This record gives sequence, structure tokens and C-alpha cells, in this order.
Amino acid sequence: MPNSLPAHVVPAATSSRRTAGWMGIRRGHRARPGEWLAEHAIFAVALSTILLIFLIFVFVGREALPLVFGKVSTAAVRTFIPPADLDRLPPETIREYLGLSDSDFKAKDHDTLKLLMEVRAESAQEASTDRDAGINTVSWRYLLRPHQWTGYDKPSYIWQPVSGIPKYNLVPLVIGSLKATLVAMLFAVPISLAAAIYVSQLAGGRVREWTKPIIEMLAGIPSVVLGSFALLVFAPAFKSLFGLDSLLNATVAGLCLGLTCIPVIFSIAEDALTSVPRSYTQAALALGASRWQAAWQVVLPAGLPGVFAAVVLGFGRALGETMIVLIASGMASNVSWSFLDSVRTLTATIAAELGETPFGGAHYRMLFLLGALLFTVTFFLNLTADLILHRLKRRLEGGR
Amino acid sequence: MNARFARRRTDWISLFFTGTTGLATVLIVAILALILGSILVNGAPHISWQLLSGDSAKDMFDVTKAGLLPLIIGTSERVLLMTVAVMPVGVITAIYLTEYAPSTSLVTRIIRSAVNNLAGVPSIVFGLFGLGFFIGFVGRELDSVLHGASADPVWGRPALLWSSLTLAVMTLPVVIVATEESLRAIPPGLREASLALGATKLETVFRIVLPNALPGIMTGGILAIGRAAGEVAPILFTGATYYMSGTPKALTDPFMDLAYHTFVLSTQSPNIDMTRPLLFATVVILLALTFALNIVAVLIRGRMRKRLRALG
Repeated sequence: MPNSLPAHVVPAATSSRRTAGWMGIRRGHRARPGEWLAEHAIFAVALSTILLIFLIFVFVGREALPLVFGKVSTAAVRTFIPPADLDRLPPETIREYLGLSDSDFKAKDHDTLKLLMEVRAESAQEASTDRDAGINTVSWRYLLRPHQWTGYDKPSYIWQPVSGIPKYNLVPLVIGSLKATLVAMLFAVPISLAAAIYVSQLAGGRVREWTKPIIEMLAGIPSVVLGSFALLVFAPAFKSLFGLDSLLNATVAGLCLGLTCIPVIFSIAEDALTSVPRSYTQAALALGASRWQAAWQVVLPAGLPGVFAAVVLGFGRALGETMIVLIASGMASNVSWSFLDSVRTLTATIAAELGETPFGGAHYRMLFLLGALLFTVTFFLNLTADLILHRLKRRLEGGR
Repeated sequence: MNARFARRRTDWISLFFTGTTGLATVLIVAILALILGSILVNGAPHISWQLLSGDSAKDMFDVTKAGLLPLIIGTSERVLLMTVAVMPVGVITAIYLTEYAPSTSLVTRIIRSAVNNLAGVPSIVFGLFGLGFFIGFVGRELDSVLHGASADPVWGRPALLWSSLTLAVMTLPVVIVATEESLRAIPPGLREASLALGATKLETVFRIVLPNALPGIMTGGILAIGRAAGEVAPILFTGATYYMSGTPKALTDPFMDLAYHTFVLSTQSPNIDMTRPLLFATVVILLALTFALNIVAVLIRGRMRKRLRALG
């Protein structure tokens, strides 16, 4: 007799199959509107995480967008409007000429505008005679392709935002980031995967109980501390060990960067391997395999997607790490394949330069563009890892 | 068949790989010990009462004269403010995910994905976000509403408040994950008993589940503090300052910070040999702060697990 039941009981009863037990319970909503309200408020707060991701996209991207669409130019202007023409020309022309926003334009009085125009005219007359002065250095061609700047003997990739003609080539920074990250991964991936296999499959319960929290403690060391460690202890030791000329280089930064990846890769890979059902190992052992064979040939293939996700997340961590590379990478931007040259990474460039750039200028926007690039890349890395881990979890739970 | 068994007796390969992987584990632990040890040995002798309690940041590069008190206060303030901001949002999101969210719905899946994604965003991007959103948007709008467009910025500049909020956004996933874990550990029988006695779901969650999960929630908060205390990149442009006299008096003041100071000492010092003892000492204090918090979190978590095992 479902029709005789009070209305609010029915949904709970019918939905109990879809959402098991506790989740489907909706008690007393009719009697207590406050309860209904509170539940929806809780839901609204939970949505804030999605909102935050969205806001990061919007507000990092917002500052970079004018660059992407070519609305910013660093080219020196040679033509100018004589300041005396201020009253003759329509205000809209003046506003565009001075590159002011509507509200900024209205906030300025006549004398200020005249002053701005005089400054503009002066700088146009003084515009350097350098043949590169007319180049808009933030257009895509100069961001990605090499160019033979005045004084250089061949086309080269130059990141030099603070100079007469600011040069914003992204290639050295991307290469710098990739180099440091590559060193970090070469160091961290084998060692943390080996440790993950050992702790999850080969070690006894006692060892496991102790090692896991200890290794995860590495994640508790602030990156600025690791950077200082690299500068004070590791780099001098590394230099004297290999007889190098320079203290800071891609290898030193990369190895310390690896230390931040180890807990990430270890922790996720270990979880993935542990979540492989015990019965897999038991079956392999029963068939006569050794513990190592069971781990290597049965458990590892089953947990492989999780291991892959761990590496992806470790890569994202290394790419986005700032303080270590800021302190220990040497900060010289150059395009070379030597891992003993100093590097300048995307993250370190933002951290080092943003403090000294005027708000809203081309350099400021360029640094936000680097940030947006970084965020987009790590966003997709994180998304990939998330999808892989979710799918693996479902498969292993289904296959138990 | 027999041949196989014969070969198994001398299974050097298995032995070798077990040894290698074990060695890797030992190596990681050894590296950790080496880092902590070298910092402690070099830094601990230079820590003095005057360094901890003095506030003469004038001689900021000399260990015998410097005092770090304003920095320690600045770091504590930003971390406390962050906790106030992040805990309610994080705990409520975790409550939604464990107690209310239908497990198969797309929205739940997206929220979970957003939490995981937020955990992997580079810290420098949070710094850019804080600058672009909190200072460039929220702060400026507040200024133009409260003070008119032309006045000096009060809200629209780097400040303690904005740094704390930026860090709160960054540590949100830490709190959510830890709280969720502790809520899941509460035996379902407890909830069922409460419902059977006539409590509504909301009452059950806030009177039964939450109090029992409190140690786990505290763990989340402590982990978040430990993480935030050592972060520099998010506060570089949102509030930390190289030098100021005294401590911040309002939420809109900038602040001096221990972690940021570590960075300043290691990159801007005029004489690295003179600064080295101070840098080591500062790092020891910073490590003591963050590490002590992490260890406390691990201990609380362990105790809670034991207690819940007895309960369930």
C-alpha cells in the first residue's frame, strides 16, 4: 500500500537501492525545514572546491588574456600626437592614444592628460634608434622562435625582460623547467617505486608500519628548507665531489627537487600496490612463485595504472615546485643540453620577477601567462592521474 | 617440472631484487636522516634565547645580533588566520562527501576530482591567484566601494589577510582529505543507533559523528598548519615583506615571516659566510615548527585509530 504512506517516506524507501543505507536517509524534512536548509547549505559549501578551481582559471587567465590575443604591445611608438591637440581631438581618440581605460580616463583632469601626452611625445622622439625598438616583443613569433637581436651574432632564444628592449622568449624557461624536472624524475622514480614495492609487498608488517610514515615525513619538510639545504650543504659537496666550476646547476636543483617527488610517488604507488587484492599474491605464492616473483609479475601489472598515476603526479609536483629551483638552480636562462649548466625555470622566473614588475604591464602579464601555462599543464596532469586512480579503484574493488 | 623446482632453489634473482628494493627504502630514510641531521648539527648551536625573543631585525644577517620574534609572530598570525578560514569550509565539504553525497552522482565525482586537482596545483600559481583575485579583484573592489577610486589603496595591496586566505585555498584539500578519512572511520553502528533513538540525520552528524571524529579533524588542521607554515611561494606577492618595524597591527598590514626570511637569507645576503649560521638557525626553528606539528598529527591519528578499533 505505498499510497497510504506519508510522502516523504516513499523516496527514502525507493532510493535505498540506488544509494545504500545511510546516504539515502532523509528524515524529518517535512517537520523541520531547518534540516532541509542545512543540508543544502552543506552542499553549497562543498561546491566551493569546484568554484575555486574555476576562479583560479579565471583570475590567472584574466591577466594573461590581453597577451594571448595580442592586445599588448612593447613596440616603441614613433608617431605621436602633439600635446597641443588635446582639446582639438575627440576624447575617445585621446583615450585610445594614451591606452587608458574608461574609468581611468575620466578620473584624470585636463592637466594630467596634457602631462601624459607630453611624456608620450618625448619618449617617442627619444625612441631608441635600435632597429629592434619597433618590434612588438610579446607577439607569439618572438615568444617561441629565435631572433637575431642587435648585438647578437646569430638568432637566439633570449629571456631578458628587464632591458632596453624586453625579450620574452619562452623556450629557455620551458627547457629549464624540463631539465630540472627530468633530473628529479630520473632520481625519484626508480628509488620511490622500488621502495613502494618493497614496503607494500616484500617487507614484514613491522617494517611497513614504521617506514611508511617516515618516508612520508619527507613531504613535511618545507621546500624552502630543502632549497637552503641544497645551497648550504648539498651544492658545495656536489661541487667538490665532481670538481665543477659552478656551485648551482640543473643537476643540484633537480636532485633536491627529486626529494619532494619521492613522498608523492612513493605514497600513491604504495597505496595502489596495497590495494591489489591479497588473493592475487596468495594465488601466485601457491603456484610456487617467490615473493619477488609474485610482486613483480602479478601485483605490479595489476597495480600498474596506479604506479603510472603516481609518476604523473610526481612529475606535476616537480614541474610546479618553486622555492628549491629559485634558490638552487643558478637562475641563468640558457638553451643548452648540458645538465651541469645553471637553469631558470618557469616557476622560479615568476617568483623572482613578479615582485618588481608594475601592475598591469607587459612583463606582469607575461608572468601571469607563465602561471596560466603552468596551471593548465598541471591541471591536465592531475586530471589524468585522478581518472586513472578512480578507474583502477573501481576495477580492483570489482575484481576482489 | 623437476627442472623448474631445481632452478628455484638458487633463486638469486629474487634475492637480488628484494635486496635492491630494500636498499632503496633504506636510502630514502638515510637521506631524510642526513638532511635533518646536517641542518640540526649546523644550526642548533646558534640558537639562543636572544635569537628567539629579540626583535632587532636591523642586523638581519648577523646571528649574534638578530632577533626573530617578529618573524615568528608573523608566521603564527598568518597560520592562525588561515586555520580559521579553512577549517569550516574543509570540514563541511568533508561532511558532505562522507555523509550526504550520493556515491554514484556526477556532481560528487566532480567535487572529488576538484579536491584532488586542487591538491596538485603548484604553490606559485596560488600566489598568482592570490594576487589576481584577492588583491587585484576583491581588494580593489572593496577600496572603490569604501574609499572611492582615487584614494590610496587600503585593501588592494599585499596584506596579512590576503596571504592567509591564499594559504587557506591551498590547504583546503589537506583538511578535506584528513577529515573525510576520520569521518569514514566512525563505525556505522554509531550512526544507526543515533537514528534509531529518533535523532534526525543532521543531529546525528553534528552531535554523534563529528565529536567522535574530532581527533581526526584536528589532525587535518595540524597537517594544514604544518604545510602552510613552511610555504613561501603563495605569500611572496600577497603579504610577506622583507622588513618592517614591529608586527602587523591590522589585517590589511603586511607582515614579516619566518619561511620567507629563510628565502631572503639564502638569496639576498651580502655575505653568505656571515649569514650561514643564522640561516641554519632559522631553518632549525622553521623545521621545529613544521615538523613538530606533523609528528603531533601522526600521533593523534594513531591514537584515534586505536580508540576506534576498540569502539567498532
